Amino acid sequence: MTERTGPLVELRDVKVHFPIKSGLLFDRTVGYVYAVDGVSLSINKGETYGLVGESGCGKSTLGRGLLRLVEPTAGEIVFDGTDIRSLKGESMRRARRRMQMIFQDPLSSLDPRQSVESLLVEGLKAHGLADDKAATNRRLRETLAAVGLPASALAKYPHEFSGGQRQRIGIARALVLDPDLIVADEPVSALDVSIQAQVLNLMEDLQNELGLTYLIIAHDLAVVRHIADTVGVMYLGGLVEEASSDDLYREPMHPYTKALMSAVPVPDPTVEDRRERILLAGDLPSPTNPPAGCRFHTRCPWAQPTRCVDERPALRDVLGGHRVACHYAEDIAAGRIRPHEVAPELVRPDDGAGPGDTGELIPTP
Amino acid sequence: MSLLDVRDLSVVFQRRGERPFTAVDKVSFSVEPGQTVGLVGESGCGKSVTSLAIMGLLPKRGNRVSGEVLFEGADLLKLRPDDMRDRRGRDIGMIFQDPLSSLNPVVPIGLQVAEVLERHRGMNRKAALKEARELLDAVGIPDPMRRLKEYPHQISGGMRQRALIAIALACKPRLLIADEPTTALDVTIQAQILTLLKQLVDETGTALIMITHDLGVVAGLCDTVNVLYGGKVVERAARHELFGRPRHPYTHGLLSSVPRLDSPRGERLHAIPGSVADNIPWVEGCAFAPRCGNVVDACLEGTPPLEPTATGGDLRCNNPVSEEVAVP
Repeated sequence: MTERTGPLVELRDVKVHFPIKSGLLFDRTVGYVYAVDGVSLSINKGETYGLVGESGCGKSTLGRGLLRLVEPTAGEIVFDGTDIRSLKGESMRRARRRMQMIFQDPLSSLDPRQSVESLLVEGLKAHGLADDKAATNRRLRETLAAVGLPASALAKYPHEFSGGQRQRIGIARALVLDPDLIVADEPVSALDVSIQAQVLNLMEDLQNELGLTYLIIAHDLAVVRHIADTVGVMYLGGLVEEASSDDLYREPMHPYTKALMSAVPVPDPTVEDRRERILLAGDLPSPTNPPAGCRFHTRCPWAQPTRCVDERPALRDVLGGHRVACHYAEDIAAGRIRPHEVAPELVRPDDGAGPGDTGELIPTP
Repeated sequence: MSLLDVRDLSVVFQRRGERPFTAVDKVSFSVEPGQTVGLVGESGCGKSVTSLAIMGLLPKRGNRVSGEVLFEGADLLKLRPDDMRDRRGRDIGMIFQDPLSSLNPVVPIGLQVAEVLERHRGMNRKAALKEARELLDAVGIPDPMRRLKEYPHQISGGMRQRALIAIALACKPRLLIADEPTTALDVTIQAQILTLLKQLVDETGTALIMITHDLGVVAGLCDTVNVLYGGKVVERAARHELFGRPRHPYTHGLLSSVPRLDSPRGERLHAIPGSVADNIPWVEGCAFAPRCGNVVDACLEGTPPLEPTATGGDLRCNNPVSEEVAVP
């Protein structure tokens, strides 16, 4: 692992709210989708921060908000000492060289009519780094070699590659600009299992060689557990738990994290037969109209009367760096509160006035 | 007699001017009453095409299906389309991956469940709707009376999948085929649906064919597991046997390349090199040979046969992983 010196990225109370417009003549705002609602976290240099949560929890929006691909509504995003929300136009564009993104589906994020060379050079040109032809060419070859593709790939087009290779091109495109931070939104979920492992190993190797900092957004807890140093769990726009990967998986403290972990199937029948599942009742409530108080109280088997409904728990440090947003985390851990039955509440995909879809708010790229 | 006996099932896709593509290549397996059988493999291994061929749902043109699909002794591939339609939904139910695209968006949920009952059990609309309400209740849809009149877009993804299960189980089929039933769902919802499926299968004694790419889902659910690669079964074993002592290098590779929630951190994943070939596999030797670490000369000369193992399974490999080698 690379040496770690202080945070590279700090988010302070970041909010991303999307207005819901309605009306024929005037675009009246009739409500908001509270996609990200007050998230604070910091990512150290050379570290991998994993963000997990189910669809609609705001994890992708947070990643995009960090790069200002969607404009945050409020909060501070400090990248290497500067608040990038205060940057404008050209200075923001230049700052983007240092933060790059890897998308989920390489087929739809790579232009089918551009050759690999043109895809890779585009970023260099945009940042005025492609003046010297020979140097550019060398840079492209180095980058391709780093992601395990032959130099002959330069003349080819995305459709000529397999899914795993396409994702390597996506990674190369991010790497070619020599960034400090890479935000990877579901980098392996479109890939087959045997290919997933190749790409995850590659990302780890690149981090060790180049000292990259990663923000990895994924719904697959096993993947995040494998690759991340610190893991943050999101539920309905808020961070509910954050801890080092080992601590979180050894002792999840938030009821939602507990349920999430117990729901992940393990490819081992002996483990599966003995496991106790915490089955959550019902579905994720709509982020246009999040429950008052603790957002998880409608599905929480440990919810206690009044306080969970009245007061939104803040993320607080419980045990040396293990942060939890639950009023009763200690009581649950000590077994002083027992889980109870929860009746499923019906959740409508079109709650409020938002366009009703599968519950996924932001079409994932 | 087995409930379902698939013998040498092949599906060859043929487009004019192109080389024929063998998607499913002499696949044989059987399902006993009440048993849960898994078909596992990565994209392109032929698992979904196998299920569509069993159900007779492949398009009429552009493909050639051969072999036998014996359901209680009768060959489904030889049935007339009308007779097959009688069986689908009544004897064999099917659940698809994406409930939004397999439900009719302009027909209320209740009617879609009732339709099956009217068609196969000759019920009138009123009785069918009453039964539909009970079915929705049985699959855990809250307030089923109101749900009957609602459209698929008005309920969440997990509820839609429950509605689809209600439709598939409406006629109490003896066999249920579930093709990636939880892939489109979040993990907590996936856990709900898998628990529901397991419970329904236990209660009704329905046999289940579970098609999935997720080894975790198989580990908790299936009695017997068939691993497919390039359209062929490469390994078949009982659940504990397969996960405890995988013999085929592909199965072994798959199991060691998945990151596990309960494994220690910081170890490198054992990736399988290369990727599935696009060309027609199995013609010149084992299709997995180019990616295999155990490859021997015999692997490049003709298809290795599927042979019974000492532990009651079947294996298609010249140089299997030794039984002592554990999954890392």
